[in-house]
Amino acid sequence: MNIVVCIKQVPDSTHIRVHPVTNTIMRQGVPAVINPYDLFAIEAALQIRDTHGGKVTVITMGPPPAAVALRKALAYGCDEAVLITDKIFSGADTLATSYVLASAIATLGKEQPVDLVFTGKQTIDGDTAQVGPGIAKRLNLELLTYVSKIVAVNREAGKIQVERRAEGGVQLLETRLPALITMLEGTNEIRFGSAPDMFRAARAEIRTWDRESAGIEDLKKVGLKGSPTVVSRVFGPTPRAEKAQQIAFDPAAPQAATDALLEKVLAEIPKVGKELERHKVEAGAGANHE
Amino acid sequence: MNQPTEKFDVIVVGAGPAGNAAAYTLAKAGKKVLQLERGEYPGSKNVQGAILYADALEKIIPDFRDSAPLERHVVEQRMWLMEEQSHLGTHFRSDQYNQQPGNRYTIIRARFDKWFSDQVQQAGALVLCEMTVTELLKDESGRVIGVNVDRENGRIYADAVILADGVNSLVASRAGLREDIKPAAVALGVKEIIFMPKETIDARFNLTGQEGAVIEMFGSISEGMVGTGFLYTNKDSISVGIGCMLSDMKQQQTTPVELLEKLKRHPSVAPLIAGGETREYAAHLLPEGGYDALPKLYGEGWMLVGDSAGFLNAVHREGSNLAMTTGRLAAETLLELFAAGQPASASNLARYQARLDESFVMKDLKKYRKIPGMLDRQRQFVADYPGLLNQAAFNFFSVDGRDKEAKEKEIIASFRQRRSLLGLLGDAFRVWRATR
Repeated sequence: MNIVVCIKQVPDSTHIRVHPVTNTIMRQGVPAVINPYDLFAIEAALQIRDTHGGKVTVITMGPPPAAVALRKALAYGCDEAVLITDKIFSGADTLATSYVLASAIATLGKEQPVDLVFTGKQTIDGDTAQVGPGIAKRLNLELLTYVSKIVAVNREAGKIQVERRAEGGVQLLETRLPALITMLEGTNEIRFGSAPDMFRAARAEIRTWDRESAGIEDLKKVGLKGSPTVVSRVFGPTPRAEKAQQIAFDPAAPQAATDALLEKVLAEIPKVGKELERHKVEAGAGANHE
Repeated sequence: MNQPTEKFDVIVVGAGPAGNAAAYTLAKAGKKVLQLERGEYPGSKNVQGAILYADALEKIIPDFRDSAPLERHVVEQRMWLMEEQSHLGTHFRSDQYNQQPGNRYTIIRARFDKWFSDQVQQAGALVLCEMTVTELLKDESGRVIGVNVDRENGRIYADAVILADGVNSLVASRAGLREDIKPAAVALGVKEIIFMPKETIDARFNLTGQEGAVIEMFGSISEGMVGTGFLYTNKDSISVGIGCMLSDMKQQQTTPVELLEKLKRHPSVAPLIAGGETREYAAHLLPEGGYDALPKLYGEGWMLVGDSAGFLNAVHREGSNLAMTTGRLAAETLLELFAAGQPASASNLARYQARLDESFVMKDLKKYRKIPGMLDRQRQFVADYPGLLNQAAFNFFSVDGRDKEAKEKEIIASFRQRRSLLGLLGDAFRVWRATR
């Protein structure tokens, strides 16, 4: 299996602060980490490699310091890493980013056909969940989003079965390879790499690709130029705090407190009263049948 | 298990000032060095006030001033004896400290440690983080031949191991190289870094350009415990903190947070930090046992440096310079042995001890060896004198119609009431003897 994992270096959200005036994220001095969802993607890829053989190549588009994230991925056990970096890529939105990543994956595919591409469900700094599907569409890959578990991989038949978390339940899905999977946080916590992996990662040469080596064909589709997204305004949510109300409780007359509480609930949410009425009628009707 | 065996000239455990000094010195000399750090990145576990004493670093990286992230050079030193509502203090300020090269600098360790580790890596050492050493590997004769880390296939070999893994050196304790730390031999320090505009700091402390001021505080702030407070000016932030003996905190059931909050509310401190934003909070243990608490410093194939050995001068608030110096001396000892083709045996590593004895490190620790015990037994130094002196000053400077002679008598009486004449003389003698 030839597996590619796309990761992103993001500011550690536990240390993040928001600029009080512009409402933008203040990245200065905030430690960078691998996007947490991407860790589940890496682990899923490594598990498939461990069972079925092959290799895991981790790629990222970002400024040169993003190499730190790639080295970390190598320390977890990934086999190869490619940093896709070029000044022309800066200011990219999800459309431009997915174009660059898709081009790079296609370039990797020329060395050896890619069977699976993994991404995290979304990044914690952008929260769009658009890049994964964008890559799949451009490369004509089968797309499985919000996957919580890889159930089975059948190399011979070229098929993969996954569990996908959906509203109200879990879907068991099967598709043919090559496919792109966006991973949810699941049970597959990232492994603790071995000491030899730590040494290998520290010494590894990280391949660095610019626009040319990444196989970018249309320069109008990358960076700020290729990004139609316009951020018109950034604002914090206005808190809708309402004052808590107190109900006096007299241990001698508990009924009074519950009555007072119910009265308030019924006054605030009339729907509850109507529902209760309906239940009363139905219960009454049921009693008549007996 | 066909993994290749990793073998180095020296393994340095820990990426604090002591470990960095050792790793840098060895790597710069062309040795194959592996530095292991258990934190997520070099410096992630490190905490200090922090003052950088130029001399110790200069002996390792002579041109450090060109690239190190220094905050301010210290031109003014204040010492405050604190009472609840006042402080009695001394200032020493000298324009001589504005002459280059500077002598002492305030630093922010998060930035400084990143820089220091970069120098180590550029010198050629391999630095691996998130590698926790669990035990020392020994051969049949008991000689240390490497370390084991908490990862699969974690055996790594070396001709010598330098332990620089900090105040509660688990590796050394586990290997039986030293005892576990005792609460009476360590202080617990807490600090905050409070940010505010540079101009505000300059105005509040009467500073210009890169000038900095530091305040050391004693007295009521430690609530009768043996401890000190500090306030250092950085470029656009102020480091403020307090440390007290761990055994005292345990006995008094005080938390460091309460002490720091109280210090920040003190009427002499509050206006200096008003309006700032706290962005960093840290706590750390400090080995304050002094000379008599030092363990054996070397053995077959291993050496202890920095906090892990307990190299700290509590009286002068010096630690990182002792750490860097001992790290350098350990490295130089090994370089001398390697050059002569000799092994890092215990008898050869005795040269490390000799180098230490010749240096200011051991001389200073010996000079103050009686201080920790004295302060522990003679609580009047922290509990009584600062208050008495502040009351005396208040009395003396208040103009209230009484004649000066009456005031002087009153002041002397107040001292003799708390400490008898004999006690006062005894205290003077104790200070003289302990610092002689």
